[in-house]
Amino acid sequence: MDKRTSETRIGFSLNGAETEVAPLPGERLSQSLRERLGARDVKIGCDAGDCGACSVLVDGDVVCACLTPTHQVSGRTVETLAGLVESDGQARALAERFQDHGAAQCGICTPGMMVTAVALLRDNPKPSTLEVQDALGGVLCRCTGYRKIIDAVCGVPPVLSGSGAVGDAIRRLDGLDKVHGAERFGDDVAPPGTLEIRVIRSPHPHAAFTFGDLDAWRTARAGIEAVLTADDVPGLNRFGVIPGFIDQPVFAEGVARFRGEAVAAVIGDPDVIRDLDPDDFPVTFEPLRDVQTVEAARAEEAPRLHDAHEGNVMCRGFVTCGDPDGALDAADVTAEGVFSTGFVEHGYIEPEAGFAQVVDGRVEVHACTQAPTMDLDSLETILGMDRGLIRVVPTGVGGGFGSKLDISVQPYLALGALKTGKPVRICLTRTESMQSTTKRHPARMQVKIGAMRDGRISGCDFYGDFNTGAYASWGPTVANRVPVHASGPYRVADYRARSCGVYTNCVPAGAFRGFGVPQAAIAQEALFDDLAGQLDMDPLEFRILNALENGVPTVCGQVFETGVGIKQCLEALRPDWQRERAAAQAFNAAAGSLRRGVGVAAGWYGCGNTSLPNPSTIRAGIRSDGQVVLHQGAADIGQGANTVISQIFAEALGVPVSSLALVGPDTDLTPDAGKTSASRQTFVTGNAARLCGQALRRQILRRVNASETAELTIGDGEIGIADGGSAHVVALSNLPSDAHGYVLSAEETYDPPTRPLDGNGQGEPYAQMGYAAQIAVLEVDTRLGTVRPVRFVAAHDVGKAINPMLVEGQVHGGIAQGLGMALMEAYLPGRTENLHDYLIPTIGDIPPIDTIIVEQPDGHGPYGAKGLGEHALVPTAAAILNAIRHACGVRIQEVPATPSAIHAALNGRDGKGM
Amino acid sequence: MIYLTPTTVAEALGLLQTGEATLVAGCTDFFPGQRPGCQERSLLDITRVPELRGISATRTGWRIGAATTWSDVIKAPLPPAFDGLKLAAREVGSVQIQNAGTVAGNICNASPAADGVPPLLTLETEVEVASAERVRRVPLSRFITGVRSVDLRPGEMVVALHVPAIAETMRSAFLKLGSRKYLVISIAMVAVVVELDDGRIGDIRIAVGACSPVAQRLPALENHLRGLTIEAVETVAIDADAHLAPLRPIDDVRGTAGYRIEAVRDLCRRAVRQAMDAA
Repeated sequence: MDKRTSETRIGFSLNGAETEVAPLPGERLSQSLRERLGARDVKIGCDAGDCGACSVLVDGDVVCACLTPTHQVSGRTVETLAGLVESDGQARALAERFQDHGAAQCGICTPGMMVTAVALLRDNPKPSTLEVQDALGGVLCRCTGYRKIIDAVCGVPPVLSGSGAVGDAIRRLDGLDKVHGAERFGDDVAPPGTLEIRVIRSPHPHAAFTFGDLDAWRTARAGIEAVLTADDVPGLNRFGVIPGFIDQPVFAEGVARFRGEAVAAVIGDPDVIRDLDPDDFPVTFEPLRDVQTVEAARAEEAPRLHDAHEGNVMCRGFVTCGDPDGALDAADVTAEGVFSTGFVEHGYIEPEAGFAQVVDGRVEVHACTQAPTMDLDSLETILGMDRGLIRVVPTGVGGGFGSKLDISVQPYLALGALKTGKPVRICLTRTESMQSTTKRHPARMQVKIGAMRDGRISGCDFYGDFNTGAYASWGPTVANRVPVHASGPYRVADYRARSCGVYTNCVPAGAFRGFGVPQAAIAQEALFDDLAGQLDMDPLEFRILNALENGVPTVCGQVFETGVGIKQCLEALRPDWQRERAAAQAFNAAAGSLRRGVGVAAGWYGCGNTSLPNPSTIRAGIRSDGQVVLHQGAADIGQGANTVISQIFAEALGVPVSSLALVGPDTDLTPDAGKTSASRQTFVTGNAARLCGQALRRQILRRVNASETAELTIGDGEIGIADGGSAHVVALSNLPSDAHGYVLSAEETYDPPTRPLDGNGQGEPYAQMGYAAQIAVLEVDTRLGTVRPVRFVAAHDVGKAINPMLVEGQVHGGIAQGLGMALMEAYLPGRTENLHDYLIPTIGDIPPIDTIIVEQPDGHGPYGAKGLGEHALVPTAAAILNAIRHACGVRIQEVPATPSAIHAALNGRDGKGM
Repeated sequence: MIYLTPTTVAEALGLLQTGEATLVAGCTDFFPGQRPGCQERSLLDITRVPELRGISATRTGWRIGAATTWSDVIKAPLPPAFDGLKLAAREVGSVQIQNAGTVAGNICNASPAADGVPPLLTLETEVEVASAERVRRVPLSRFITGVRSVDLRPGEMVVALHVPAIAETMRSAFLKLGSRKYLVISIAMVAVVVELDDGRIGDIRIAVGACSPVAQRLPALENHLRGLTIEAVETVAIDADAHLAPLRPIDDVRGTAGYRIEAVRDLCRRAVRQAMDAA
């Protein structure tokens, strides 16, 4: 064999075809496969072997392509997902099972997960759950909670139902591409050889900086096309998401306010960018005094991050009703405590990535996003361009969970394409993604709650500080949402909740599944267990007694006459609760260091914006050939909007969902369906889809004066209408087409009815609330402080489950993230900026989850449906902490409850040693 | 920029002597260690050298070639004293990492939390180091000299690990403590090799990782436990100063120093128990 292979081509078999490449020495196989051989089904999540997304088979053994030098596969066989599903019967069958179980949500981990599973199944066609976990332990998934993946690999029979009517558990409509590796995510769009962008970032939490001679630096280096700084922003060098809080620069101007903040960007040939050492860039940083905690930022002499914000207070939130102080004084028992949480990273497996080009004088940005129209709004301002000259085309989104609501790579892409006049691409490294994109807000909450002897809540006083980092992002939303939700879904007549968002020299905290509500639930639900204990009441019965009901005012004075389903959720848990509590008692009767605990917690969440307009628009049309086309602009980030919105629309129109053609999202092609956030798509966009389907149906029926109950058959250039005994046909071919090419079309908008909150936070913040209650069963090893989750039971009031399989998927995924937050996740700037120091749950960490779907129809939701995305996470961490307490008697007041922290609590010590 | 793929040890040592390339094998630590823009481009890949791959019985014990992967270890037929090493092998990253990462690489990377080191210490492993000029053997306990630091001079490479012959009656165990199930860096880990002598602990070796810059054998604890029954191990007092002295744990994101000591105490008892139960 050649010993010097620096200039030789190497050959290997790729998916059964002999292939040759000439990689650079030390080139990663993932890079060669994706950029030299077009195998974009191989995904890159971390470039460090921490996520397994790039898993491929080399001579049948699964390896991370990101850790394999391409030269090492010379003469060997390499198989990737795309090849396996083409030629391997086992892989094809697995792809079917993945779809049957909803085992692929966003789909970014799916290629690695399936390739790894194929390697297992070849050795062991009937693996046990434990064998599947052992085999797949190296592939991270952030969406599914893994249990559906285990079911799919093990071949558990699926529970699909119906053909796609509202209420049917059908496969995702967009699932095939995900399980075949064909879905194109943010980094999968750019052609090989496209110019690349590298962002230069501050290594300090707070620093002044100056540039050297940028022009000289650039011209001295071949292959560098352009350097971008704040001076290259033609419009406003600011972005943000809340009016009045648009405070984050695309590129910092002289001062960087957090570690990882962008100060410049370099655009060049791929090989030049790959070999660019950021330390070679001509910028000098002078570290300044930084404040990284709320306490430090609020100190009297603390440096101010933003001139207009004295004391670094970004904003405050406030809700009060009744007489909280009087009620607490009158309470027979009270419980109080200080609870704190840290930064939590979203941990989607797809780092932010995209591609941009200028087409006919317009700039097109293809990137992963949860909010295409908001991206367009931001780019319009930043570029200072007519919005008609900007097109935002969302790619597949490899997980979002709130962080991809904010722009990240979009301005670099648009500025880069406009500056160079050439196509450009960018993909953040895992560390860049973690350093620079938003996190869950760290919270420090001081809470006191009282109760009367009969168990009724008597007064609640909540105060929470939230570390919003260097820029506002969704901080104001967190500050507003928390006081509205901090009571939990209970009848609390005397209430005061105050919140304060504080600027610090940390990465911006923004939207993360629940917007601060999961943090508040940790405090409130722990104190509820305290109160139940003091009153000698069963914790579940205590909650049932205090649960909100129809007609009972919330802490904002809002009264829902229908659809308040929390009591039903809690009652649905009762049989499992009683059984598990008894089992735990029996388990713990035997002396031993292993103690079993069963905890319960509840949560609620308002769907859509808080007291603000929040419309979604859906368009649909029928072409002259009879094809029904649905313009679905809601970003499907794995949660299933493409499927759910289609099911609702098809139901309203009265056609099979399988007959629809889907378009979008794309700001040129789809009307604004708003952002995928606040659990609003099923509710708000779903309603727009329902209205649109109904409007189109009315147009059709009107043509032949058919009744509401008529049955439609659309296709082959005509619409058949069967109305009782009579039949009609509308020929489509001779109808005139509109500007969109439709002979019949409709466009409808839905905006949920809310009322503003007054100075006391009284009003109607949401048209709809969703409700959840969860039981966590776990074992604590009291000698080591470790926790082994045993089981979850989750009861969710979703009003009407449009697709029960997707409902379960949201519940599982939310619980997995809540478990991570409770037990292991702590983002520490500068210390846990990768996926081996920052831990998210693996396939071995999530126990079986039983989902109980409760359906208390909502007064506004489509077919009674409510949102669900965030609800699934809200009570989880609280339930886990309550279960830990039940198991071993310690009330953990700070998450994550790591083994070290639990051990310290068990031994009466402060768990902090970091 | 050059990618070298020798096929014999002699050839590899000759290429290594020129100093123009970095030696790699599984690359599971090599790639993650790179900074953006600072890639090593000249590599000497030893995975094509057949004599470096695999585990074989020798006159004096066992030889683990330097390019032997963790999956090779898991699959190899070995005496029960290696069970702890096999358990550790299953804890090295993930199946993906075990299929590529090598035992020798784990040692040469010299992470305080290297999963392979404690069990190899309990097996009294020696490291065979070679250069074009000479071959020498160093006990593993002296080969790793500190965090990310090993006794390798320019032109030298690890050729093999040697485990002395060990009685079939020796049992072993390995326990790893982490904050999640898979793909986790240890908070602490314990490896034990033990022999039961008429219901009591005879020969015993205990090593602990992630609690000092280099994993440590605990001779004082071994002496303390020798002669005890299984039942006595459950309740025996383990004194941090007297028995765990070589450990110097630190506070970090994974846990406090105090917690590590407490955990090690318990893990040692459990690991001994687990090994004895296997008897």
